[in-house]
Amino acid sequence: MRFGVVVFPGSNCDYDCYFAIKQWVSSSVEFIWHKSTRLNTYDCIVLPGGFSYGDYLRTGAIARFSPVMDNVIKYAENGGLVIGICNGFQILLESGLLPGAMLRNTSLRFVCKYITLRTVTTRTPFTASLKKGEVLSVPIAHNEGNYYIDEKGLEELQKNSQIVFQYCDADGAVSDSSNPNGSLLNIAGICSKRGNILGMMPHPERCCDPLLGSIDGLKIFQSITESFKKMQTA
Amino acid sequence: MKFKAAVVVTLKESVLDPQGVTIKEALHHMRYNQIESVRLGKFVEISLDASSAENAEKLVHETCRKLLVNQVIETYKLQALSPVSQKEA
Repeated sequence: MRFGVVVFPGSNCDYDCYFAIKQWVSSSVEFIWHKSTRLNTYDCIVLPGGFSYGDYLRTGAIARFSPVMDNVIKYAENGGLVIGICNGFQILLESGLLPGAMLRNTSLRFVCKYITLRTVTTRTPFTASLKKGEVLSVPIAHNEGNYYIDEKGLEELQKNSQIVFQYCDADGAVSDSSNPNGSLLNIAGICSKRGNILGMMPHPERCCDPLLGSIDGLKIFQSITESFKKMQTA
Repeated sequence: MKFKAAVVVTLKESVLDPQGVTIKEALHHMRYNQIESVRLGKFVEISLDASSAENAEKLVHETCRKLLVNQVIETYKLQALSPVSQKEA
């Protein structure tokens, strides 16, 4: 399975994603410079974390207009797999590929720590190999992870089963005390209606190597490759 | 013609502004108890070239919708739009 990791000016998790995929997931992974316009050779596009364009104006607001994004949008609309992590999630929101927006954390602090995530749905290729309700330990590192959407939008998300991950406690209970940033309904990750686009604030690429304390992030990448295999043979 | 536009971007009323709340609390600590609420926003000054004031206004609104403002969480006001004389430019 061929992965492409987009590199925007200011991306800083691009090498982490590249390394995690290369080491543990698939030997075929390449960087895609943000000025590139050819994406058709990839099976999954990764928008990595970081501070694209220095977070100027709003997080992800300028990266959304990088030349590569028109093609990422076309690629995603054609059903291609796209995963946006942290700043990548923010770019997906700004580009309109996913609904809602990010506000500053209610604590007004950059939060960098391991949190626990509840897997809300396994209907996406990114979570198909997980169990519904499975709790993952994955680190977050962000200042704008306070997910917001209006009431109508939230109803849509729930109706279409688009909430993929919620911040929870170690037992999987979703509560205010397990919410690190003020995010609506503890939302940590959502997908598109079709399920082929995932945006998530936590960093699965930072927990693929057993040396780093958790390999729960690897479960997400492995789910992608397993789902892709099934799609190929179907 | 050269124009200058002033745009103020703020979070929508329905969206909690934690920075504004923190600033309000700081003011209360300073005993400015008559301060009821504070909302923080952004000020954008745009210089542009357009054939008429009408076109200048249209262009500013377009840039607000497309880039300067995220209408999911923010709202904006075009506070001023004025021609700039050659001398000032």
